[in-house]
Amino acid sequence: MGISVRRLSKSFGAYHALDCVSFEVPEGQLVALLGPSGSGKSTILRIIAGLESADSGEVQLTGADAEAPTRNRGVGFVFQHYALFRHMTVRKNIAFGLEVRRPRPSRNELRRRVDELLNLVQLTGHADRYPSHLSGGQRQRVALARALAPRPKVLLLDEPFGALDARVREELRTWLRRLHDEAHVTSLFVTHDQQEAFEVADQIIVLNRGKIEQIGPPQELYERPASPFVTEFLGAVNLLRVETVLGMNVQYDEAPLPVEIPGPHGMAAIYVRPHDLDITRQADGRPAWRARIRRITPLGGLTRLDLTLHDGANLHVELTSDRVRALALNAGEDVFVAPRDLKVFHQPSPFVENYVI
Amino acid sequence: MTRRSPPGARKVNGLLGNVLTTAVVTWFLVLVLMPALSLVRGAFANGLAAFAAIFAAVETRRALGLTLAVTLAAAAANAIFGLGMAFVLTRQRFRGATLIEGLIDLPFAVSPIVAGLMLVLLYGPQGLVGRSLESIGLQVAFAWPGMVLASCFVTLPLVLREILPVLRECGVDQEEAARTLGASRGRIFWQVTLPAIRWGLAYGIILTIARSLGEFGALLVVAGNVLGRTQTATLLVHDQVENFDLQGAQAVSVALAATSFLLLFGVESLRKRIAAREDTEDTA
Repeated sequence: MGISVRRLSKSFGAYHALDCVSFEVPEGQLVALLGPSGSGKSTILRIIAGLESADSGEVQLTGADAEAPTRNRGVGFVFQHYALFRHMTVRKNIAFGLEVRRPRPSRNELRRRVDELLNLVQLTGHADRYPSHLSGGQRQRVALARALAPRPKVLLLDEPFGALDARVREELRTWLRRLHDEAHVTSLFVTHDQQEAFEVADQIIVLNRGKIEQIGPPQELYERPASPFVTEFLGAVNLLRVETVLGMNVQYDEAPLPVEIPGPHGMAAIYVRPHDLDITRQADGRPAWRARIRRITPLGGLTRLDLTLHDGANLHVELTSDRVRALALNAGEDVFVAPRDLKVFHQPSPFVENYVI
Repeated sequence: MTRRSPPGARKVNGLLGNVLTTAVVTWFLVLVLMPALSLVRGAFANGLAAFAAIFAAVETRRALGLTLAVTLAAAAANAIFGLGMAFVLTRQRFRGATLIEGLIDLPFAVSPIVAGLMLVLLYGPQGLVGRSLESIGLQVAFAWPGMVLASCFVTLPLVLREILPVLRECGVDQEEAARTLGASRGRIFWQVTLPAIRWGLAYGIILTIARSLGEFGALLVVAGNVLGRTQTATLLVHDQVENFDLQGAQAVSVALAATSFLLLFGVESLRKRIAAREDTEDTA
């Protein structure tokens, strides 16, 4: 086991940052800690690194209790704002973790390892530059090389791409995944960006208010979310009222709803993803709503449609642009809209009406 | 080297610009440059030999030596305690931190003479602390410990005010990064923290030296101006002026002012050269 966290709790004054959190990161995997800000994800990372101490619970790194002080734990840490040593060249930065070793590696060894890492992060020509002369993406790559230099047992990344602009971010994501496939260091990275987590991670741990909501591979989380929170957090979704769903215009032979819906007075949160809705010109026997198209927004390959149902509820639908063209849809037209898939959470808590996320 | 106007600089055009420039230059001439030049001219009025003769006198040498010793002691003490205080104020959270930070500037707010008086009242032979210290044979007031104490007091904010903001700005990220990389506390201080604040610290120390070289009021009260024992260079200048030895006063003044000026100029040009290499002004 790469990283094992058991019953971790931590409070800052009256604020419970972590509440009995347990999870494991298998050796060699890249796992994402995903959650909104304040969900406690960075705190977990800092506790694993020993930069913060937990009130209770334990952390194991590659099978051994991590009770050593930070400097002897063998973790590599990558900070959101790089935290490079400003007064050192790129080479010096990367070599830092090697030079503090006892016995200190020989000059040749140092040079070879640093060159190897410069090559790995594709910054070979930049060895003698200072951090201030590098772009944000380059700085973060130096930070990664610096963290990897002493061959850490685990690599921890705290919102590593949070300070970069969208294009560089995307590049670095793919690059990080490739790097991990080559290096196989057990890695745990913190992000609030679900797309980032989906693109990079083998497994995702979804956190909310210091508690774990769900753990699993990205696709599984997306297809079988365990809670309304996970459903909402993993991408755009329509939240519907029970009455709206029961009021579907069922024509011809009564086709059953794809899921069981509680009676009109039951409490439930019903979610439909925008791409799980289909639009037809004619009712085709599936349960469907009549709706009016308010607005059509082309987004390249996909097109987003804002619909209003007859009971006033709003729906966001995502279709391929080809499909929209084939149906020749225009704003203001009346159409039928049918859900392919619904997620129902039976829960006592009421929710906001016509709430579209 | 190409000169670029700083960002945000806009040229003030026409007559108004010329008037403003002339006014600024004139003000600087009248206030700073001309008095300084007249001092230098006075000091060398009787030739280089006469100037040198003044520094050959035992009295002058003693005074300058004492000033140098007191200044260096004060600078060292301020560097060490300034660093310590800055660390505590930025890295530790405790009750009264804001109060202490507010009081840092107190030595600037009170007149040096008042500062000297405060020290004499406490550490003098009749003072609360002075009495017990004297009973174990340590004289503070009217002796060098009092002089160092007075110099430290009036220069206390200089080092702190320089390094506090730098220490705040660079945060703990770099230190934490060094910790995860396996560095010991000592190594982190010497290789990560100190280089990050070195210019602030250097400035603070240089300012401390410049300020305590020229300190007069606090020393006058605390040291008592005992010839050959507690007479510093500024006190000597004072006596020389009183005794109409203008030649001597001017020579010693030039020596003090030139030292301060060269120190400030030196540290600034060194900083510029290194900053150009590292671009440390940029946030890395």
